[in-house]
Amino acid sequence: MKLPMQSVFRHIKPGDWLTMCIGCVVVVSLALKLWNGELADKVVIKSQGKLYREVPLSRNQRIEVPGAMGISLVAIENRRVRIASDPGPRQYCVRQGWLKQAGEIALCLPNQVSVELVGNHRRYDSLNY
Amino acid sequence: MSLRIETTLEDHRIARMAAVALGLAIIEGAIPSPLPGVKPGLANIVTLIVLSRYGWRVAAWVSLLRVLAGSLLFGNFLAPGFFLSLSGTLLSLLALGLAMHLPGRWFGPVSQSIIAAFAHISGQMIVVYLWLIPQAGIAYLIPVFAAAALVFGTVNGAIAASFMANPRMQGFKV
Repeated sequence: MKLPMQSVFRHIKPGDWLTMCIGCVVVVSLALKLWNGELADKVVIKSQGKLYREVPLSRNQRIEVPGAMGISLVAIENRRVRIASDPGPRQYCVRQGWLKQAGEIALCLPNQVSVELVGNHRRYDSLNY
Repeated sequence: MSLRIETTLEDHRIARMAAVALGLAIIEGAIPSPLPGVKPGLANIVTLIVLSRYGWRVAAWVSLLRVLAGSLLFGNFLAPGFFLSLSGTLLSLLALGLAMHLPGRWFGPVSQSIIAAFAHISGQMIVVYLWLIPQAGIAYLIPVFAAAALVFGTVNGAIAASFMANPRMQGFKV
């Protein structure tokens, strides 16, 4: 007697197994790419050592943050954040670009402004412990 | 005076096939889904059989009619759900048009079905991302959708392949 499963497998051709394997690779690589690290929920903006504002990532907006030298402009767009402009001389924090994942941080040292992405629960790193 | 539209044999065939696909879609609607958007896509079995028997043009007619008539039956014509089905179907038809040219000696309906399932979910994700939820949050669910596409694509393809290989079904004209 023949099991129904065997008759199903008979109709799967060699190339079909190849397609399945490629499909598995696609699924696994998507999971690795999109699930590596916690998604960020909100932005913590600090100015001169003090908490300036905590803003959720869900709404696109631009925030002016007063610092030691002048105004730093923080831009939130599509669940990402960056320092759009800063009065500092070397512009390191502006050139850092978009921050996406929880734990990423941009520091504008001369202006004493920092922007950090946090998720639901804060993870330990070399800056916070 | 009555208006009479001349219909060909092919029109009747397309209508019959679309009706079968619609029936499968309605049965499927009764199955609870753990996540909106994760569905077996049983109607695609009909598309695969039509593609292999009558070619791409008839398959395109059948699946687009199924999307249109299905949206009228389910009551979501021109609603977001309709555009999700439409974009998924259009992209999977394009993918099938390419996949059908794979050498038949090595690749069967299972490959076509998997490729179409991935194209379907890509089409839906494009609409979700560009129009419905233009945020990265949805990206979190993409691996789940892709895994479902792989599993259901394989199962549907295997069903279509064994249906067409079954000698009792050879003469069976749906």
